[in-house]
Amino acid sequence: MTNTVEIRHVTHAYRTPNGPLPVLDNLSLAIPEGAFCAVVGPSGCGKSTLTRLIAGLMKPDQGEVFLHGEAVRGPRSTVGMAFQNPVLLEWRSILDNVILPLEIVAPRMPRRDRVARARELLALVGLEGFEDKRPSELSGGMRQRASLCRAIVHKPEVLILDEPFGALDAFTREDLWQTMHALRRQEPFTTLLITHDLRESLFLADEVVVLSGRPATAQYRMAVPGGTARTLDDLYTPDAAERLNLLRHQIQIAQGRAEVPA
Amino acid sequence: MSLRRIAIPVLAILIFLGLWEALVWWNQWPNYRMASPSDLGPAYIRYAELFVVMGWQTLWRTVAGLLLAVVFGTALGMVMGFSRTMRDALYPLLVGFNAVPKATVVPIVALMFVGAHDFNTVLIAFMISFFPIAVSVSIGLSTLEPEYRDILRSLGASKLTIFRKIALPKTLPEFFGALKVSVTLAFIGTNLMEIVSPHGRGLGALFDSGRTNSDYPLMFAVLLALAGLGIVLYYIVVALERIFAGWADRSPT
Repeated sequence: MTNTVEIRHVTHAYRTPNGPLPVLDNLSLAIPEGAFCAVVGPSGCGKSTLTRLIAGLMKPDQGEVFLHGEAVRGPRSTVGMAFQNPVLLEWRSILDNVILPLEIVAPRMPRRDRVARARELLALVGLEGFEDKRPSELSGGMRQRASLCRAIVHKPEVLILDEPFGALDAFTREDLWQTMHALRRQEPFTTLLITHDLRESLFLADEVVVLSGRPATAQYRMAVPGGTARTLDDLYTPDAAERLNLLRHQIQIAQGRAEVPA
Repeated sequence: MSLRRIAIPVLAILIFLGLWEALVWWNQWPNYRMASPSDLGPAYIRYAELFVVMGWQTLWRTVAGLLLAVVFGTALGMVMGFSRTMRDALYPLLVGFNAVPKATVVPIVALMFVGAHDFNTVLIAFMISFFPIAVSVSIGLSTLEPEYRDILRSLGASKLTIFRKIALPKTLPEFFGALKVSVTLAFIGTNLMEIVSPHGRGLGALFDSGRTNSDYPLMFAVLLALAGLGIVLYYIVVALERIFAGWADRSPT
């Protein structure tokens, strides 16, 4: 199996007035094609830096990022992004917000095809009938659904999610997790999810990677079986509880609050 | 609903004129102390032709200055909004320039371009009104959340595309807010030139001739005509705002 995303020995530091601030330290990470990788770690450990590196929005000091075996030199149209803030364009309808990436990536695509593609995705996330609404007329959860549609409308190889469910209430969040599974069953993309929610990572991901505190390196990896067949009930089994405990303990280590087991 | 939207402001204006009339009547003021609205009708009728000709002169020169201010202010705002260095470099200059009272600039401009009255008037209207536009555009652009840019930048969109699709429309509400301020400022600029350095053109010159001829009702009639022009231009901007940035209006409809 080929790796869609491969991060090899990446080290990066931000230049600040008080000298360099190292954020990533020899971090390596691989996500196989079609897989879903969740990255968890303490606050400010460089998770968002990771997303910007993969998106080609910045270059690491050392090491390299590969997409489909090709080194990332700059932004590329095969990436889709969604953030905690849905950043929808208020002056466009929901439909036209979803279409936006196609205007950049496929300027020659007929409007009719764009609309059909956007409608198909909006229906998939339960936003049928809201196509002509403005973002301000939708709830936070609905806005985030539209944002997800926009992130995948151009069929990106890699979907980068930077805490997209972080600002939602617990019930809405669980709804969106299920929407995420539904999307994955329909659309072929490889996902990197940044999150602070361990249950979220267990529900959505095939592999959970715990980053250490700053400068971050991959401290712990956990493969999670089940894929998109998982249900919310699976989060309340003894097996899930054990996994959650393991991850929580790893986070505490990353925060420097627990001893590393011998 | 729309009848209500017209009726309420019209009623407010009528009440204002009524109070004004009552104030003059109650105090028994002669019209050289303060003209009352009922004195203005004859002035308008007597000088109707002059009002039309000079009102048009004031209007077109104000609009020309305003258009210049929009073009230059937007360009300057873009430069300052996108480049930190330019922002740091230009802000003090701009604030200093804006702090100079334009009444002191009028004689200087009049000397620099002797006789070019139309040009001078447009220039002053422009100079007084571009500042709010430049500042609001630059703030709108520099406060654009990075995520907005990243959505398109991560797809390899050019800077120009990002500006056209995101930065420009997102800045429009701020731009129109500034334009509403600039409209009234531009009128001040035009009239400054027309009154301080009169060349017999524009409503400012009509005001001035009212002053020299002790025609007090005429002076007040000019003030009201200027207010009327200002209101008309302001509502034109409001209409444009509704067309181009109506999405920013969140009031329940």
